[in-house]
Amino acid sequence: MKEETPLVDQLEKGPWPSYVKEIKRAAKKNAAAKDLLGVQELSFKDKVTHWKHGGIVGVTGYGGGVIGRYSDVPHLFPNVESFHTLRVNHPAGWFYSTKKLRQLCDVWERYGSSLTNFHGSTGDIILLGTTTANLQPCFDALTEVGFDLGGSGSALRTLTACVGPARCEWTNINTLDLVHNLTMEFQDEIHRPRWPYKFKIKISGCPNDCVAAIARADLTIIGTWRDSLKIDQKAVKEYVKAGFDVKGLVVDKCPTNALKWDEKTKKLRVVPQDCVRCMHCINKMTKAIRPGLDKGATLLIGGKAPILKGAMLSSVIVPFMKVEPPYTEIKELVRKIWDWWDENGRTRERVGELIERLGMRNFLKAVGLKPTPQMIKAPRANPYVFF
Amino acid sequence: MGRSDIGPPNFQEMLPEVIKKNYGNWKYHEILKPGVMRHVSETGDEVFTVRVGSPRLVSVDFIRDICDIADKYCDGYLRFTSRYNIEFMTPHKKNIRPIIEEVKKLGLPVGGTGNAISNIVHTQGWAHCHSAATDSSSVVKSLMDELYGYFTSMKLPAKLRVSLACCINMCGAIHCSDLAVVGVHTKVPKIDHEKVGAICEIPTTIGSCPTGAIRRHPDKEVKSVVIREDLCMYCGNCYTVCPAMPLADPEGDGVAIYAGGKVSNARKPPMFSRLVVPYLPNNPPRWPEVVNTVKKIVEVYAKNARKFERMGEWIERIGWEKFFQLTGIPFAEQHIDDFTYARETWRTTTQFKW
Repeated sequence: MKEETPLVDQLEKGPWPSYVKEIKRAAKKNAAAKDLLGVQELSFKDKVTHWKHGGIVGVTGYGGGVIGRYSDVPHLFPNVESFHTLRVNHPAGWFYSTKKLRQLCDVWERYGSSLTNFHGSTGDIILLGTTTANLQPCFDALTEVGFDLGGSGSALRTLTACVGPARCEWTNINTLDLVHNLTMEFQDEIHRPRWPYKFKIKISGCPNDCVAAIARADLTIIGTWRDSLKIDQKAVKEYVKAGFDVKGLVVDKCPTNALKWDEKTKKLRVVPQDCVRCMHCINKMTKAIRPGLDKGATLLIGGKAPILKGAMLSSVIVPFMKVEPPYTEIKELVRKIWDWWDENGRTRERVGELIERLGMRNFLKAVGLKPTPQMIKAPRANPYVFF
Repeated sequence: MGRSDIGPPNFQEMLPEVIKKNYGNWKYHEILKPGVMRHVSETGDEVFTVRVGSPRLVSVDFIRDICDIADKYCDGYLRFTSRYNIEFMTPHKKNIRPIIEEVKKLGLPVGGTGNAISNIVHTQGWAHCHSAATDSSSVVKSLMDELYGYFTSMKLPAKLRVSLACCINMCGAIHCSDLAVVGVHTKVPKIDHEKVGAICEIPTTIGSCPTGAIRRHPDKEVKSVVIREDLCMYCGNCYTVCPAMPLADPEGDGVAIYAGGKVSNARKPPMFSRLVVPYLPNNPPRWPEVVNTVKKIVEVYAKNARKFERMGEWIERIGWEKFFQLTGIPFAEQHIDDFTYARETWRTTTQFKW
């Protein structure tokens, strides 16, 4: 085992908290964590990764949730010869009691490297590195303290939602209840991969989209409203009094000129039919302007990162839906989407790519949605039309 | 054997009392100073939040440290944001100062609110990934050391979201960030012909290539594939389905930088990040080329953008030709798109700036 890590050590310096200090902290008690430092040092020298491609490992009854990971230099670092990751489904909104967190820490200290990611990109708690033999006992101990695995592979990935009604005045839907409800409903789809590729559902309470749902989710749920945003004139005057430039920083920046400003009376008015609910005025004058009262969600489909046909943003399929428990309408729609995708999708084809290949018209017909102008930026310009 | 399909802990049992009591009843919030927020409910109840930066890759002892703070000042609850920040919430204003003091003792920064650079969303890199073209945690650490002052202040025109993915799979979905740093391979996969026949499904491997660059090996006796080098853009999709085609290369691998994306619908609709620097070398452990380039772009943006203008909105207003001029970043042939949606990026008007 190599003891010297001069390159890695340079990352202990500087004002931002150091992950190297964290690995070293774990390394005092854990041989795998110590070897991980050595692997980092070697990668810094060689300028390549020293982790091998995948490997199928898991726990009984599950097809995912564990990412197999093996070192390509086990002779140098035997304690990370196998260094598998567990994805653990986080509680909605990433809220924790310290009691739960401590239980999780105790399990992971016992069965793994004691290194974690809080959190991974998809939203899971990532337990970073354990042996094949420890996977099942670790999983058993996790479920004992009330945690379960998240999704991996061609499955429904761990669902995430923004903080929502727990601590945000802008949310239009109960993001946390919705995400928890869907997560419990679709445990089988999360834990047992069966589809052409991954499927992500991400939920944001308003068009600010704090969980980047529109960029990365196959099914994107974003809270919105149908009536007019609400303006409190008294509070507007408070902003003016505080020296805030209502006209320059809010009215003039409205993308559809839906806000009207009376300089004399300091009154702010909205033309509701011109408002596209972008959130700018609400963001900047949150004490004075609030979303409307007829709340619900816009559903969009097909967002994804570049692999394989290039990155896609989700596009509108349901302009407005009321979102109330037990969320039957969303569940029925998503099941129809999965059926169509599973039936028609090629291996490693995300639903957005399939829709592009077979056409949005076909998709809408298959899942029973009526076309509306809210679904498009503009009608087609070409004359090649199917009848 | 463990129980199956129990799902995550119910969030309702993870909420502090003040949150539970005012759930769905918040009226407004304000940022008291960088990293400190006050939310007020319809009933007049308040919750104060202290937002704290984290290195993301942390030991269980780190988690226990922050639990100690939450036990002392937050009734035993805390949360994380989608950008890995820790949030300590308390109904008592007097707790803000001691929380900040304890957090500072741990060496953690308070900030990441409003017009700031929040923590960098990132992937695993050389610490844990087999397809990484660059490292993640060390690049992020080097960047955040340099951008630290933007985390702890709110002096930028608007918020600035930096993200990093260690290969172009972009499992962090970083393609809509104000600044996206992405690991790139620039050499074609090295085929291990013996292994391909033994461990890979050849039709799947051929089918995995988005540009049709992979063909059956011309010698029928060899159960393997060949690659047309001129068609390969190093996406690594073949490597994902066939481990016998690794494309990591110490000299070829590096980092590209994309700019001007956003996910929020505020003002302009969501935008993709666009290529601004096609290639910078991997230079661990401190990545000076990457750090300097990112810093330069941030500084030019900070100096030139109007108030509340995100990076992409600023670039759209001044035009990409001006962006390259102002930043001094050289324009290269790689900037001209030749992939699936290339046409929509070409200029189809005589309107442009000199």
